[in-house]
Amino acid sequence: MEYFIELFFSGLTRGSIYALIALGYTMVYGIIQLINFAHGEIYMIGAFTALIVTGVLTYYGWPHLAIILIAAVLAIFYSAAYGWTMERIAYKPLRDAPRLSALISAIGASLFLQNYVLLAQTSDFLPFPSLISDFAFLDPVSNLFGTTDFLIYTTTGVVMALLTFLIKFTRVGKAMRATAQDRHMAMLVGIDVNRIISITFIIGSATAAIGGVLIASHVGQINFFIGFIAGIKAFVAAVLGGIGSLPGAVLGSLVLGWTEAFFTGYVSSDYEDVCAFVILVIILIFRPSGLLGRSGVQKV
Amino acid sequence: MTLGEIKKSLLAAAWFMFLTFPIMVIKVNTIQKTVEWHWERLLYVAVGGFVFSFLWRYFLRRKQGGRRPAAPVETDEPEAVPAFQRLIHDRRFAMPALVVLGLFVLVFPYLFSMYQVNIMTTALIYVVTGLGLNVVVGVAGLLHLGYAAFYAVGAYTYALLNLHFGVSFWLALPIGAALGSVFAVILGFPVLRLRGDYLAIVTLGFGEIIRLVLENWNDFSYGPSGIANIPRPKFFWFDFSLEQSAVFIYFLMLAMVLLTVFVTNRLKDSRIGRAWIALREDEVACQAMGIDIARTKLSAFVMGSAWAGMAGVVFAAKTTFINPASFTLWESIVILCIVVLGGMGSILGVILGALVLILLPEYLRAFSEYRMLIFGVVLVVMMVFRPGGILSEVRRTYLFKEGLSKDGSLS
Amino acid sequence: MKRYASKRCLAAILVCVAVFAFSGVGLAQDTIKLGVAGAHSGDLASYGIPSIRAAELVTKDINAKGGILGKKIELLLGDDACKPELATNVATKLVSDGVNVVLGHICSGATKAALNIYASASIPVMSPSATNTELTLSGDYPNFFRTIAYDDLQARLQVSFARDVLKVKRVACLHDKGDYGKGQSTLAKQFFEEAGIEVVLFEGVTPGAVDYSAIVQKIKRENVDLVVWGAYHPEASKIVTLMRKKKMDTPFMGADGIKDETFIKVAGEFAEGVFATGPRDNTKNPLFIAAKKAHQDAFGEDPGVFFPEAYSATLALLNAIEKAGSTDFDAVTKALRSEYVDTPVGSISFDQNGDAIGIGFSVYQVKNGVFTTIQ
Repeated sequence: MEYFIELFFSGLTRGSIYALIALGYTMVYGIIQLINFAHGEIYMIGAFTALIVTGVLTYYGWPHLAIILIAAVLAIFYSAAYGWTMERIAYKPLRDAPRLSALISAIGASLFLQNYVLLAQTSDFLPFPSLISDFAFLDPVSNLFGTTDFLIYTTTGVVMALLTFLIKFTRVGKAMRATAQDRHMAMLVGIDVNRIISITFIIGSATAAIGGVLIASHVGQINFFIGFIAGIKAFVAAVLGGIGSLPGAVLGSLVLGWTEAFFTGYVSSDYEDVCAFVILVIILIFRPSGLLGRSGVQKV
Repeated sequence: MTLGEIKKSLLAAAWFMFLTFPIMVIKVNTIQKTVEWHWERLLYVAVGGFVFSFLWRYFLRRKQGGRRPAAPVETDEPEAVPAFQRLIHDRRFAMPALVVLGLFVLVFPYLFSMYQVNIMTTALIYVVTGLGLNVVVGVAGLLHLGYAAFYAVGAYTYALLNLHFGVSFWLALPIGAALGSVFAVILGFPVLRLRGDYLAIVTLGFGEIIRLVLENWNDFSYGPSGIANIPRPKFFWFDFSLEQSAVFIYFLMLAMVLLTVFVTNRLKDSRIGRAWIALREDEVACQAMGIDIARTKLSAFVMGSAWAGMAGVVFAAKTTFINPASFTLWESIVILCIVVLGGMGSILGVILGALVLILLPEYLRAFSEYRMLIFGVVLVVMMVFRPGGILSEVRRTYLFKEGLSKDGSLS
Repeated sequence: MKRYASKRCLAAILVCVAVFAFSGVGLAQDTIKLGVAGAHSGDLASYGIPSIRAAELVTKDINAKGGILGKKIELLLGDDACKPELATNVATKLVSDGVNVVLGHICSGATKAALNIYASASIPVMSPSATNTELTLSGDYPNFFRTIAYDDLQARLQVSFARDVLKVKRVACLHDKGDYGKGQSTLAKQFFEEAGIEVVLFEGVTPGAVDYSAIVQKIKRENVDLVVWGAYHPEASKIVTLMRKKKMDTPFMGADGIKDETFIKVAGEFAEGVFATGPRDNTKNPLFIAAKKAHQDAFGEDPGVFFPEAYSATLALLNAIEKAGSTDFDAVTKALRSEYVDTPVGSISFDQNGDAIGIGFSVYQVKNGVFTTIQ
């Protein structure tokens, strides 16, 4: 039983990490139906910005708390800026183009950002400074989860709650939902659709940056390639949960995380990904639009 | 070149300077705890950003100027067809051009070095896979992100059958195609109900499952260390030297491309081909017209995968070494890029797409470490300025003329 | 407008293709061409780029002194991203460009795919990092040399150390499912079992995964005496950090994939006590110190993985050409097999199989943040 609980928390950590990236993924998808392949790269840029800022400030001997705050804020800010710029350049001109063209453009953007960081920085793994000192009160349960795991759980919950609140109860959220339902109709009722899409990208990228900082402190190292793998997994999780749905993204991520953890624990980690994909296929066979996706009645 | 334009570009340059500041200028080494400042790079970014923004807006304006505002893509009238595309449908131009091209292709291996022949063969392999995927994605409109798996099936079919039973290349070729189709049916059945991106993710998952199994199941596939010394194809009993064999595979691939073009072209005009197109345009309407959706989807998968299986066999024979690293998700993405960049549904477009996408990174070797960066830019720029691909498909219009009824009612 | 655009676009493509196609035609041989092939982009770039830098530094040095046999050295780079099919393209390109010797490739799989192309053109190839045993011992690749010891030797050293010094009974063998990692671990497992030590876990973890706590919990449950890691350092530091954070003090041992400064820097205090096998200690070798210094001066950072091996391989290749007096295949390989050359990894020559003589293995343990030799 103890082993089960341990694996449960392992899966929870993995799942929450996927969820932090999947939330932004699913938001962007929900509004323009674009598989934003470069979302993982935005996450990577967030982590790199945080690394650079901490590096510089530590070098000049700033106080610890100030470094954490400034690094986090700048990482979020810069990621949002990259997300916004990318949307302007690579996606906005493709609003009326076939959806696959936008997908290829996203792949191009992802490749560009990866190699941009590779060339401007380095190909090596860089240790990510442990910004957050261990919480003493978590010591008794340290065999289950550590400080960063704990922060990741709570942040995932908070981010999901905030985003849900934003979409359900604010003016911007209402506009987002309208845009997602029917872009032309939304335009007709006076919504500045381009602005709404930009805002979505900014918010999505900002959540990616939060993920970037937290996950990088959890993993302890980053390089230019981390975004690709994490992005693919997050995308799978978002689809599993029903793409476009925020609670779906979290639920899908957790299902994915637990599947992997329990399979590793009880069977073998050789085939953990195989098992995750098999579960994905099975779930989609029985629920073709994901766990929490809207049912697939298509109106003509 | 008005003042406003310059102001806009200056603003863009400033924005890019600001945006790239941390990553371009500061280089922190957390291992040695040193900080380096590269201020000169900021200057490059500024100049680059200025020029880029200028060109960008200029070309965007040109692109929009050439098109009626907010015209839906579907209602392209005949005159909107680009000149080049009309040209290739003009027999007077097309025939001589084809002859010249044919001659060039035939003498190609004798004009250029073995390297050129080799990468051209690689490109031709991708032409075949691209055309195969084009059936699934371009014609039938099913987004497929696991195509490399079928390619892997073909490659491993040849490698393993040869290793264990000494099966020759020529026998492996149809077996590879057949196994590719069998796997397509296995994949096809569960995904028949899925649409759009859900389909994409399941195909992605399927592709990854095949790769991971190849990676982990050592007793079957020799795992990540791969299978080496796969024999190159023989022509009857002739033994080729390395160069001769490269030329031979080149011609073999050429023949295969011709076969693929012929078959896919004929298929597009067939009953099943038009069912695919109907499926792509509107699944519901397609079903309402009495088309069996399940069968149509399945046949698209099977057709597409058979080509991948065959191309895989040639790939294994050409490389003489295979391991799962050649069949990653990235490979599927590259093939998808070929189809979309070339022009979905258009056969000539896909051929051009494959040549550009496979040869470009090779020729970009001159830029060494910048090549993948440039490749990414090319993808974005191509899509922004030609979202339909290099050559977008020309929709066949069926003209019904009264009095010409003997000609067939729909021709 | 649009008409012209599409025409021009096509014309531009044709011109590009034509220009590049003709540019492949080589010039007359007035330099010695050293090919540098390996992963220069993609996820394994960090293992390939150090070899370019090593080659650059060595050739800059030698060219400054007037080159070899009166000729300057010219570098030709070829990026294979560790993919076999790209490796064959790179190989044919280098052969077409008239390369004399090749430093590379980085990954064993890519090397295998490329080797017979070089063989047919009689070009010696020397890898700083391809450790697959078959490459030399199978006898299939007479033109292949390497400055790194092969997996087999290393696995045997690990096993004898674990049996005789650590006296373990149960071990867990982990790898990253990769070419290098899985090969290395499979050998280790085989030798452990031959030595009568029980291998209770033999599993591959997914490289690049965001969290490894599930596998760590599993190790804890199996209650092993030693964890043997067969692959590179990024995953190793994640796993060892998690183990220590979960208050497990099971010893951890890796191979040359983790015997890298970066491992200690990344894992920090948690790296303490970790065992690693790796090439014999060169840090006192003056050539090694000089090479490292040159790298720091030129690139502003410490050299990456396989840098000393690549540096040594470049030296060995160029030295052999000089000793042979030509770039003739038989003469060069003969020189490689007979002449000793001083390099950052020691004074080396090559045996009949192509493995370096004079490089050895030691077992290290991390003590106070540095790898210290044991025994």
